[in-house]
Amino acid sequence: MKQRKTFTWKIGGEAGQGQQVAGLILGRTCLSSNLFSFIYSEYPSRLRGGLVTNQVSISSEPVDAISKKIDFLFALSQPALDSCKKDLNNNALVFYDSNKVKEIDKSLKKIKFIPLSLRDLAKENNINAFMLNSLILGISSVLFDFDIKLLKGEIRGFLGENNKSEDLIKSNERAIQIGYEYACKKLNLKSLFDIKSKLKSSKRIILTGNEAVAQGSVFSKCGFYSAYPMTPASSILHILAKQAKKNKMVVNHSEDEIAAINMAIGASWAGKRSMTGTSGGGFALMSEGLNLSAMSEAPLVIVNSQRPGPATGMATWTEQGDLQYLAKVGYGDFPRIILAPADAEESFYFTVLAFNLADIYQMPVFLLLDKYISESHKVISDFNLKNLKINRGKILTQEQLSKIKDYKRYSFSKDGVSPRSLPGQKNGIFLANGNEHDEYGFSIDGFSSDLRKKQMEKRHAKLNNISKDLPKPKLFGPSNTSLTLVGWGSVKGPVLEAMKELNNVNYIHIPAPFPLDKNSLLELLKNTKKTIVIENNYKGQLADLMQEVLPLRFKQRFNKYNGQQFFPEEIIELVKKEF
Amino acid sequence: MTKQNNYITSNKSSWCPGCSNFSIRAALIRAFSELNLKPHEISMVFDIGCAGNSCVLYNVYGFHGLHGRTVPLAVGAKLANNKLTVIGIAGDGGAYGEGLNHLVEAARSDYNITLIVSNNKLYSLTTGQASPTSERGTKTKSTPEGVNKTGLNPLLIALSAGAGFVARGYADEVEHLSGIFKKAINHKGFSLIDVLQPCITLDKKNTREWYQQRIYQLDDKWPVEDRNKAIIKVQEWGDKIPIGIFF
Ligand SMILES: Cc1ncc(C[n+]2csc(CCOP(=O)(O)OP(=O)(O)O)c2C)c(N)n1
Repeated sequence: MKQRKTFTWKIGGEAGQGQQVAGLILGRTCLSSNLFSFIYSEYPSRLRGGLVTNQVSISSEPVDAISKKIDFLFALSQPALDSCKKDLNNNALVFYDSNKVKEIDKSLKKIKFIPLSLRDLAKENNINAFMLNSLILGISSVLFDFDIKLLKGEIRGFLGENNKSEDLIKSNERAIQIGYEYACKKLNLKSLFDIKSKLKSSKRIILTGNEAVAQGSVFSKCGFYSAYPMTPASSILHILAKQAKKNKMVVNHSEDEIAAINMAIGASWAGKRSMTGTSGGGFALMSEGLNLSAMSEAPLVIVNSQRPGPATGMATWTEQGDLQYLAKVGYGDFPRIILAPADAEESFYFTVLAFNLADIYQMPVFLLLDKYISESHKVISDFNLKNLKINRGKILTQEQLSKIKDYKRYSFSKDGVSPRSLPGQKNGIFLANGNEHDEYGFSIDGFSSDLRKKQMEKRHAKLNNISKDLPKPKLFGPSNTSLTLVGWGSVKGPVLEAMKELNNVNYIHIPAPFPLDKNSLLELLKNTKKTIVIENNYKGQLADLMQEVLPLRFKQRFNKYNGQQFFPEEIIELVKKEF
Repeated sequence: MTKQNNYITSNKSSWCPGCSNFSIRAALIRAFSELNLKPHEISMVFDIGCAGNSCVLYNVYGFHGLHGRTVPLAVGAKLANNKLTVIGIAGDGGAYGEGLNHLVEAARSDYNITLIVSNNKLYSLTTGQASPTSERGTKTKSTPEGVNKTGLNPLLIALSAGAGFVARGYADEVEHLSGIFKKAINHKGFSLIDVLQPCITLDKKNTREWYQQRIYQLDDKWPVEDRNKAIIKVQEWGDKIPIGIFF
């Protein structure tokens, strides 16, 4: 068994106690300390009370997932301790707020419990109650042997970005210092953290999937984003709205999701690259517009960040339950593409790709994320923009249009993609149409078997060329193993993280779950001995999709659908059971 | 002035012979021509229904969208390219039923588009069910006992939502209607023109004669800057029905 050297820090308490900021600052300090981190938060759908946790996994190697097992816990409430108890590593350190936590499980022998009277510590030092999280950061810095200056720099940076006053920044820096001194002198803490940071090799950044989608859309020169807020997609709207002026992007919080998608289609018709974003419940309203995008061949990027459904489901939790829905929803047959990034890095590159594919194929393209990807922070290599290109597909210039005698927007081209003109251009007038239409776009009135048939075939002809432009299924790990895991989207991180401890297993990752690249998949699967399809849903939606197109059955499935993503530990356990 | 012929295609219409929608189209083309708009500078978005079926008749950039979604589609295009003149064409079913939420939003947002509604108080294309503007008691295929709801007053809704240009026209008063269209297109902000459009095939009550006996034009001195007066005036309905720009 290989050793995986990752430490996991966790903080839990009520909503409003600043756990999210604490975790973020800790994760950012890792970045500035040349370490890797992965940050994830779990929270209920409420603003105060409840149980909010933030968890950071830290290593000197890239961290692909949040770990379940906790090394350092800060419990700010009784429920926080109770819920985390079972996940403590054998020799974990548990700091608990002695004013709030009254019951400690003495049976956990090896675990060291350290009472903290945060209230008193704050009072003695004249620190405001809402800065307790900075005290905790100060204490934590000792555990990780952080340079306190870097930590203070991160809090300064974060508060500065959020337009906080110099006074507030200074007070927080002071709270960090006091926490640090308290940990050294009173608690006699020393770092148990035997991870040494590597020298900085390339420039790295830390960000969430949603931030990456936003950045990808800006890079892609997306000119229009319309959305109706819905967790976990909302932060894309927030980020883009904040930067709208700078990016010259029209960002619209529309009256509902129906309007959001129709506006985006209108903007696309008018010539802008456009995008809309939501979660499954909001997409249900957009499904009508999806059909219009398909029939009118208006390029469109749709972000769906999944949360557990059906109906309102679980707003702040995660699942991969919408794949089949997005692949199949629609009345009538029409092509579409689903790209499923696995983390922040892929979220950026796939967003750039999604805009290109939408333009090249003039069809709707989904970016399918989930709450885990959308909201977890990951340290990744800075984006390599050198080889990225913007491809707007077949858009006619005024010069080209002027030379065309009888322009037909929906002409029967061989590859199914016909050149577009844009409203305002001379000599390019056409009717975009959600009704079945002839080559000009005029509605087919009455029966015309040939025209209808040809337009259907034209739209579907696009599929013949698509697989060459989609990211290919990829094998991770050794090529010959007795067990192969298969997955998509956010399954990749936990599996790769688990594989750092496993020898006898490999993993096939499917970045574009629709349309599936049959040949590449068959090629990868033909040498496998035993496969398990791992999915964060009840039925095994990808496994079913693969069964539809491949001459294979996927009987062994490992599914999780409790609202949480997979943890590496669960994958390790699964694989061990198989041997 | 651009010739009126430039705005029309050679396609045949699917309307009943003598449909009052022909008059609305004539008024709009006349407005285009008098405003000297170039066909390629005009972007029209069409709803689903008889009114929306005029999509094949206009030689401009057009988008025949989904039922009720004319407004967001048009708004998206306008926000994306401010240089376009964007006009929506819808029936009362699409604009005031399926898509009412969008109308209210457009009015309060004051998006710079013009929405022209062929209000025949029926779902005509689908063979004559009740629409949101059908009056209480109206017997239709879907309401054989008579509509047991209050008919909506779309102008009242638009006014209360903050629309900056609210007008009513009558389909066959082409010159008057064309004048309203011109002002609406030039208006910088959202404009709603509810056009009374008798369905000559399905409506035996609100016929051409019925309207002709009742409509009258607001006079030149009507205070178009007074929203409260407009709110009262648009409710006048019965023996006398005012048409013109209320606000
Ligand atoms: C989502 C949806 N629901 C229903 C229909 C069927 N439909 C077509 S037109 C129409 C109503 C037409 O009435 P109106 O909007 O008043 O236009 P008119 O035909 O009277 O001009 C309906 C219900 C549709 N096309 N799409």
